[in-house]
Amino acid sequence: MIAWIRYPGVALRSLLKNKSRSLLTSLGIIIGVGSVIVMVSVGQGSQADIAETINSMGVNMLMVMPPHSMRGGVNRGAGSLATFTMDDADYLRERSEYCSAISAMTMSPAQVIGGEGNWSTSVLGVDVDYPRIRDWGVDQGEFFTARDVRTRSKVALIGKTIADELFPGQNPVGVRVRVRNTPFTIIGVLSEKGEDARGRDQDDVILAPVTTVLARLKGGREIDMIQASARTIEELDEAEEEVADLLRTLHKIMPGEDDDFHVRTQTEIIERASETSRIMTSMLGAVAAVSLIVGGIGIMNIMLVSVTERTREIGIRMAVGARERDILLQFMLEAVSLSLAGGVIGVMVALLVAAALDAIWGVTTVVNPMVVLMAFGFAGIVGVFFGIYPARKAASLNPIDALRHE
Amino acid sequence: MPPIVSTHALHKVYQMGAVGVPALRGVDLHIEEGEFVAIMGASGSGKSTLMNILGCLDVPSTGTYVLAGRQVDGLSRDQRADIRNQVIGFVFQGFNLLPRASALENVELPLVYDRARRVGDPRRAAEAALTRVGLADRMTHAPNRLSGGEQQRVAIARALVGNPRLVLADEPTGNLDTRTSMEIMQVFQDLNDQGITVLLVTHEQDISRCAKRIVELRDGKVIRDAAIGDRYVVGSDPRAGGTAGPGGAS
Ligand SMILES: Nc1ncnc2c1ncn2[C@@H]1O[C@H](COP(=O)(O)OP(=O)(O)OP(=O)(O)O)[C@@H](O)[C@H]1O
Ligand SMILES: [Mg+2]
Repeated sequence: MIAWIRYPGVALRSLLKNKSRSLLTSLGIIIGVGSVIVMVSVGQGSQADIAETINSMGVNMLMVMPPHSMRGGVNRGAGSLATFTMDDADYLRERSEYCSAISAMTMSPAQVIGGEGNWSTSVLGVDVDYPRIRDWGVDQGEFFTARDVRTRSKVALIGKTIADELFPGQNPVGVRVRVRNTPFTIIGVLSEKGEDARGRDQDDVILAPVTTVLARLKGGREIDMIQASARTIEELDEAEEEVADLLRTLHKIMPGEDDDFHVRTQTEIIERASETSRIMTSMLGAVAAVSLIVGGIGIMNIMLVSVTERTREIGIRMAVGARERDILLQFMLEAVSLSLAGGVIGVMVALLVAAALDAIWGVTTVVNPMVVLMAFGFAGIVGVFFGIYPARKAASLNPIDALRHE
Repeated sequence: MPPIVSTHALHKVYQMGAVGVPALRGVDLHIEEGEFVAIMGASGSGKSTLMNILGCLDVPSTGTYVLAGRQVDGLSRDQRADIRNQVIGFVFQGFNLLPRASALENVELPLVYDRARRVGDPRRAAEAALTRVGLADRMTHAPNRLSGGEQQRVAIARALVGNPRLVLADEPTGNLDTRTSMEIMQVFQDLNDQGITVLLVTHEQDISRCAKRIVELRDGKVIRDAAIGDRYVVGSDPRAGGTAGPGGAS
């Protein structure tokens, strides 16, 4: 049995004698292992990205929306559409125990004129709690106060993008701009937030008191949604339940009746987004795995050639006493060494590519050691599987026929 | 002591498609331990066929073969592999060395498959075998850097390394010139003197005279089996040249 220890050496040596052929044979495995790892790493990177953007929105955030803004929501008739007003927000603020911050929100697209020119953007009417819900700071100046909301002050905070566009290199605080003919005084610049989960620039925005936006820009009392923050992430479910109960009471919805609103939490959004991304990841991984199998077929092909070329060697080994199993093991080890060597190179290539994607193109990649191990292990299995047939062919040769082979 | 080789009514028919080519047609052969037998006969008389069967490389179509007291026909492939490894050393006309391995590695090869581990240190045993055939200073050479005579010595060392009781050689000097052939024959005579049974095939009268007994085949049958009266011992005759010693080939 001790003699078996020599076999890996024998296998390795015969592979090294044919370096370029071995390399070409392993290429399929290299590409297979490499692409499995890169694909899955990119997929998991995008999952991580999504999780991070969602975290940046504030994980314990709740959104209460009228059902018509839900995808696939049922339109329950014209009368029931205008369901949200400031009253709903005030009602929740008074009674909710699990929510630590509540803000009404309404949105209006608008042209801003001032500074270096004009700019099309959205004006968000929000309440004083909004920065806390979204975990959003102010770089210059200050946020507006409850008094501003009460008195419908014409004050606004601008996002980083607008500050850069309209006031490059200047301090916009105190400057007056016109938003659809209404003059607003800029009282602050929001800190940079980046893109949201759908890739929209969150810094291309103007924040103003919700009351001002309703009165000056939109007219009417209807708000688009209510955003709230659970006191802790653990109480998110309780907060969701409580908000729904309170609104049912306020809207006089009987048990068994459909709600005229919809409460969404971040966990729901995270789950949906990462579900999509997970499916993508496994599909990419599966496609890459197919190339691993193709690589295995390449190994089988070369091993068959090798068996034919080395028939005489097999005959010599048999003549001096090699058993079937010895020959089988020798060729199996060669096939597995080929695929494992391909696996090692593939892993290295994948790590380089993943690092390059990250560094040069800014694609987030998460290299999971489990995935690396699995790809490597799969390469080994491919080597065993596709090595068996050529190895059996070699082992089943007749010694005398093998020796006569030219 | 039972004969080391004992065959009875060995037949071998090669199947060529629908036609059967008879190569052996009833060979009875008994060889005692310590004998040195030359097998002769015209081309196609079945010498190689017989050697391959005796060497457990091939199986007879019918007939029995008892090797060192053990019935060989009917054994499995693996059992025959073990016999080739433990009992027999085979020397081929075409040397059959692994081209990319050194002389030492070639000689070690049988020990890689020595499951019984009768030989303690393979490296040491291979060195000893190469020294025995006069190649102590050629151990690390690859076959393509050795002369034909030297390659055949490596092959003999490989046949010896597992301490076989029987050495079979099918035209071991067929690819060598006369002088080198005699050197190789001296190696076989030395082995035989040390108690190893040697059985070799040759076409040449001079070579066969180095043996102690001649068996002649014709059309797959033994037609003559006789002891050699005027045996020639290499090295004993000054006319054969003083360079014929095992070390002299270098
Ligand atoms: N593998 C084979 N298939 C078919 N016929 C074969 C095979 N090997 C040998 N034969 C035939 O068997 C007969 C004996 O062949 P063998 O090789 O034993 O002769 P030989 O005495 O060794 O001849 P030589 O002196 O030329 O080596 C020949 O007629 C040969 O054609
Ligand atoms: Mg022959």
